[in-house]
Amino acid sequence: MFDFALTHAWLIPLLPALAFLIIGLGTRRDKDASAKIAITFSGLSFLLALGVLGAVITRPIVMADPFVMKTLWAKVGDIELSMGVLVDPLTAMMLFVVTTVALLVQIYSVGYMAHDPGAGRFFAFLSLFAASMLGLVLSVNFMQMYAFWELVGLCSYLLIGFYYYKDSAREAAKKAFITTRIGDFGMLLGILLVQLTFGTMDFVELKTLLPTYIWETGGGILTIIALLLFIGPIGKSGQFPLHVWLPDAMEGPTPVSALIHAATMVVAGVYLVGRAYFLFSALPVVLEVIAWVGGFTAFFAATIAVTQRPFKRILAYSTISQLGYMMLALGVGSLTASMFHLMTHAFFKALLFLCAGAVIEAMHEEADIFKMGGLRERMPVTFRCMAIGVLAIAGVPPLAGFFSKDAILAAAAEVSLPLYLLATATAFLTAFYMARLLFVAFFGEVKPDCPAQETNAWMRWPLVILAALSVVSGAWGHFAGFGEWIFYGPVGEEHIDWLIAGTSVALTAVAFYLAYEIYVMKRWSAYEISRRLGVLYRLSYNKYYVDEFYTVIRNTFVDKLGAVLYWFDLHVVDGVVNGLARFTGGLSGVLGLAENGQVQRYVAVFYCGVIALTAYSLLIAAMLLAVVGGAF
Amino acid sequence: MMDPFSLTFMDVFRFATHIGLAHFLLLAAVLFAIGLFGLLTRRGLIPALMCVELMLNAVNLNLVAFNRYLPMPDLSGQLMALFSIAVGAAEVAVGVALAFRVYRDRATVNLDDLDHLKG
Repeated sequence: MFDFALTHAWLIPLLPALAFLIIGLGTRRDKDASAKIAITFSGLSFLLALGVLGAVITRPIVMADPFVMKTLWAKVGDIELSMGVLVDPLTAMMLFVVTTVALLVQIYSVGYMAHDPGAGRFFAFLSLFAASMLGLVLSVNFMQMYAFWELVGLCSYLLIGFYYYKDSAREAAKKAFITTRIGDFGMLLGILLVQLTFGTMDFVELKTLLPTYIWETGGGILTIIALLLFIGPIGKSGQFPLHVWLPDAMEGPTPVSALIHAATMVVAGVYLVGRAYFLFSALPVVLEVIAWVGGFTAFFAATIAVTQRPFKRILAYSTISQLGYMMLALGVGSLTASMFHLMTHAFFKALLFLCAGAVIEAMHEEADIFKMGGLRERMPVTFRCMAIGVLAIAGVPPLAGFFSKDAILAAAAEVSLPLYLLATATAFLTAFYMARLLFVAFFGEVKPDCPAQETNAWMRWPLVILAALSVVSGAWGHFAGFGEWIFYGPVGEEHIDWLIAGTSVALTAVAFYLAYEIYVMKRWSAYEISRRLGVLYRLSYNKYYVDEFYTVIRNTFVDKLGAVLYWFDLHVVDGVVNGLARFTGGLSGVLGLAENGQVQRYVAVFYCGVIALTAYSLLIAAMLLAVVGGAF
Repeated sequence: MMDPFSLTFMDVFRFATHIGLAHFLLLAAVLFAIGLFGLLTRRGLIPALMCVELMLNAVNLNLVAFNRYLPMPDLSGQLMALFSIAVGAAEVAVGVALAFRVYRDRATVNLDDLDHLKG
């Protein structure tokens, strides 16, 4: 049975894609049928993913020896592009995570989209989104990955802009698409350079070719390739400075945010680096760049999250921060820690976002956490799930985040002290802002006109399942030997560094305590603190003015450049064409003077011509006679 | 070539009394020149057509004359002239019909006014 799943792994992305086609072409207008189709197909692909997971564990398939099935996709000149599936433990884990989250999000959406007339369209897009991500995960080469990568981007555009009648949603969709496109362009250059350098884009082949290549020619061009490739993940995984689209992506329906932030879109970047880790890990310079980009992003986003007020925006910045963690882990050389955190994060972030969706729907689209309060009593199940999510992301033992975050901290501590301190500070901030979110929204007095009530069963059960996963996935990964399963290079030993773990847990406790004192006991006024912090607070509240900075850049450089190019187009490009036309017109005017319509003038000109021709032929004849005259 | 200053009286006498090819050609050339002059100067459409006929007949005269003075005479020149006359007749028929239509349409047959094909 496992073997069947393994050899039919290509069905995993195909099933949701099929669901997309069926819904898109057929049942789009029928909400219930669309939901059923989407969930059925997702369920099937989830079962297949489970089967693949089983096959990988039982066979066993290891990182060094992946299972590959591929077929010719396109042939361009001498370049053969294949498409297929590559299954190793990393893929299996991702398949499991993506299908699980996608399935749960779709079930949740049945409840969430119950009153939305566009629900059919929504399920179609969700299916396509899942299909694209699954195709990306199974990619055998860079080109296939790039194709699905773009599909993921397209789906995010469609879903973020799902409420296309809202200006903000349209803008956010465009922003997400264009920002990630900037990254994709760099990545495409990297991929083409890979093809030029190695003559292949296949992951397995590249992995075998790489060591000899480095041995023979060194890492110069490879560093450029890897840095170009890394621009893609910077855009897709919301790393600084291309993170700006991610907080706006919450304009889509909340289940989409859950899917984007947890399982599909943003982890694609991390996954790419993980998949091509044989390339990145061979280049210390690139690793350092990745580590610092990740570490800085983690800290940077965490400081922003501390002061934000909308529920989902806090979570969005938290996502950026956590993705920074994953990049940091990759940068310090621990594929294991990164992928471990990717998995646990997928569960608890999906949980948090789905809770956010439940809360915001219950609050009738009110997103400001300071207008909530006391939801603990109104929505007990959601509260418990939310609390589990918060504890998990804050790294409280024995929940999922503790194990994965500890792994990252330990990995960072081994490589560089500054990075470790940055990561630890981030952990503290994470605990603080998540506690703030929880305390402000769920504790305290119930606001007098609060409409919140517990959500329906469709939305509740996915929360409970995700909460359970958030609890157990960390411990399971830790004790079941995640590190011996997904790794690169030497097998990392799974052990908890008690000093590092103790520090982070203590900091988490302090953060929780502070948040409790400030937001529940009101011992210190949050307003007073923000006033004291002055500039720092304003910087953080305004997200370091990155968006404004981009606006200024656009207004000063891009628009000016556009004006220059517009002028060039108007006067040089059009000028040449128009000038040609004007020249022809002028010439015709001059020649037209001869065509005055006077028949007799034509006759005169004609006879002049005849006379000229006659004179010429007589001249020729005379010359001929002079030469050969004697013969006649 | 004949040098006009070395012409004797006898030469002129012979030219005046013996009709030959040159006389016909001279007549045709004069006719042609008259026709051309008329075509270029007359303002009316009908006179212009008549001048064209004059030029045509000058050419016909040439054809017949050359035919008569061939070393081994046959009828090819005369045949050609007959063809030419037939075509000329057709041309006149069409030309006059056109002139008629032009007059009906434009209310004028003055060639200076018929410049609608001006570029």
